[in-house]
Amino acid sequence: MATRKPTAKSNVSAEELQSYYRDMLLIRRFEEKAGQLYGMGLIGGFCHLYIGQEAVVVGLEATAKEGDKRITSYRDHGHMLACGMDPKGVMAELTGREGGYSRGKGGSMHMFSKEKHFYGGHGIVGAQVPLGAGLAFSDKYKGNDNVTFTYFGDGAANQGQVYETYNMAMLWDLPVIFVIENNKYAMGTSVQRATKSPSLWERGAAYGIKGEEVDGMDVLAVKAAGEKAVAHCRAGKGPYILEVMTYRYRGHSMSDPAKYRTRDEVQKMRTERDAIEHVRELLLQGKHATEDDLKAIDKEIKAIVNEAAEFSKESPEPALDELWTDIYA
Amino acid sequence: MATEILMPALSPTMEEGTLAKWLVKEGDTINSGDIIAEIETDKATMEFEAVDEGVMGKILIEAGTDGVKVNTPIAVLVTEGEEVPTDGAKAETAPAPAALNGEEGKTAAPATAAPVPAAPKADTTPDWPEGTKMKTQTVREALRDAMAEEMRAADEVFVMGEEVAEYQGAYKITQGLLDEFGARRVIDTPITEHGFAGIGVGAAFGGLRPIVEFMTFNFAMQAIDQILNSAAKTLYMSGGQMGCPIVFRGPNGAAARVGAQHSQCYAAWYAQIPGLKVVMPYSAADAKGLLKTAIRDPNPVIFLENEILYGRSFEVPDLEDFTVPFGKAKTWREGTDVTIVSFGIGMTYSLEAAERLAKDGISAEVIDLRTIRPMDTDAILASVMKTNRLVTVEEGYPQGSVGNYITSVVMERAFDYLDAPVINLTGKDVPMPYAANLEKLALVTTDEVVEAVRKVTYR
Ligand SMILES: Cc1ncc(C[n+]2csc(CCOP(=O)(O)OP(=O)(O)O)c2C)c(N)n1
Ligand SMILES: [Mg+2]
Repeated sequence: MATRKPTAKSNVSAEELQSYYRDMLLIRRFEEKAGQLYGMGLIGGFCHLYIGQEAVVVGLEATAKEGDKRITSYRDHGHMLACGMDPKGVMAELTGREGGYSRGKGGSMHMFSKEKHFYGGHGIVGAQVPLGAGLAFSDKYKGNDNVTFTYFGDGAANQGQVYETYNMAMLWDLPVIFVIENNKYAMGTSVQRATKSPSLWERGAAYGIKGEEVDGMDVLAVKAAGEKAVAHCRAGKGPYILEVMTYRYRGHSMSDPAKYRTRDEVQKMRTERDAIEHVRELLLQGKHATEDDLKAIDKEIKAIVNEAAEFSKESPEPALDELWTDIYA
Repeated sequence: MATEILMPALSPTMEEGTLAKWLVKEGDTINSGDIIAEIETDKATMEFEAVDEGVMGKILIEAGTDGVKVNTPIAVLVTEGEEVPTDGAKAETAPAPAALNGEEGKTAAPATAAPVPAAPKADTTPDWPEGTKMKTQTVREALRDAMAEEMRAADEVFVMGEEVAEYQGAYKITQGLLDEFGARRVIDTPITEHGFAGIGVGAAFGGLRPIVEFMTFNFAMQAIDQILNSAAKTLYMSGGQMGCPIVFRGPNGAAARVGAQHSQCYAAWYAQIPGLKVVMPYSAADAKGLLKTAIRDPNPVIFLENEILYGRSFEVPDLEDFTVPFGKAKTWREGTDVTIVSFGIGMTYSLEAAERLAKDGISAEVIDLRTIRPMDTDAILASVMKTNRLVTVEEGYPQGSVGNYITSVVMERAFDYLDAPVINLTGKDVPMPYAANLEKLALVTTDEVVEAVRKVTYR
């Protein structure tokens, strides 16, 4: 990916750009706060931050309509915020409290919202892919035009069940968008050390599935590709693959030796390709917002995140008899 | 010689069917393999092939007849020029073709009484000679050393798994192995458990001795088919020709706060499977000695480690080649009032409990199974016959637990020795919750062990 000159696109309104800016910033600040709370011992276990990848979910959510579904892996905080779930409920789940989306029983990797059609939050790499196709199956079966965004990583893309799913999704024309979030690494394994395929999306061709590579550090490019994919699915033409090239700035989880990449590599992405910075420049250069406008947004976001953090600390731990609930319906 | 053709069974359970159609008529020449009729049941329609050659002498059951019982003569086949035997004359009966999935005749077990087992005796030979020099090591280091020693000793031994090489292991168990043995023998895989478990099994068939690391055993569920259906059963299915010397290892059970999909003990699951050996060490010495035995074993071994124990230090014998045999439990503490049987991290709670109980004058014998399959039931029985009370402790779920099996063995072989019902302590019957307070409740604890012992000792 080469350094990109921000070019304000004439067809993007100030409002739209500002909303992307706000949504991406919310994810970034939320994740930074989660990192802090983890350091303070308020969050335990695994905690996978989404910092760097914000444009992927924000760009794609911009193409979704009510009724569309989404499902992803354990790196799920961004997806939940982008689809409109309450930051308070997400943060309180991270701290394992009653006010969390799973009432403290799921944790960082396992959250769900039926209301927002967010189907998790899955800890087993690749397992969400057939589940996503199953959600799409349910919509096709019912005869509506909803689509399912099924997110998975470059590492997950090597799991066999992904290809079993591709085959059936195409065979049955399921309205599922397979979103490969290629952040270049699966834990400490770079894409090139896990496969000799030159690209991941092209593997869909073996099953007749169309797809493309997308610049995941450019929210407008993600949105444009998303629109194409969504139109394809809604028209009943079956699945579509988006391989979104992105980057995670932080470690895989909270403990990460980070020996598999150089600090320079991370720094270069942050300074040259940051998705939020990109939109910020578009806003300023296109005179869609002033520095003061952006400061006001920053402040607003900070307040939301602080409120979520406070809530997540104050919400009580779940009642002890919750141990025995929700095992059977 | 006339031959009767009998109504065939299309399945092991078919008792009768419809003779739907004849595809030959009397006088036709028939070759073996010719389709002569169509038979229907409520489940299926099958073409019926002739087994013998000849001429269709007489059709006994007309097409369209329902309820024809299996093995009823439906036609008579004669040789060229032969007369159809008249009623009463004996035709030879051709056997109906074998059913597709013939149920083998089940022979009843001989009615001889089971021999009375000899009084169980625990093998108390020490694991290392007295006076052996010891060194302090973590479980993590002990596991690494076991692999390194076996890899030095045999080129067929190699390690494969996610992040085992360049990253030095997600939990650093393979630290340094890539440097010493190179990328040919320390192999990073993509995240494809079902695939690389199968490749490991194939490599074992091919004469290698793979150590397959699962980043955690939760992910081995992706590969469970290869472990059970390929690794465990092939020796049997090949009539003993082809075994599968492979070790599947990695952390098992709950770590801390990692939620339902990452916190589960699989000991009882694997212990169910004939063909697998199942090991779950507690101490560093056992981790080392048992892993070396596992690597040398000609069978598939499930080696269940524990993330919380990895960093714990123990005394390990400083011997050139130290191994611990399978099927030999270890008595960590001798006692007279109650037997506590556990394994893996359960030993932590059991030993803590025994310590506390001792202060109250209750003497607990604590047995570490070390290998769950084969299980040293003699050690358990000998102890129970002495203490007359038993508590089992494990982290897995209650239904179908390892403790349940131990209890059944004790019931059968030492019922008269029991002075109280056996208690099986396990993890709670719930998926692991994330919340800190609930997670504590879900796990088995030292307090619970103490309480259970008080209950069985009525103290
Ligand atoms: C089946 C399975 N195997 C291994 C793991 C351990 N693990 C968790 S995340 C991860 C890396 C996944 O990388 P990728 O799919 O690229 O997603 P990213 O973390 O980059 O978002 C691994 C190996 C797991 N959770 N599930
Ligand atoms: Mg990745």
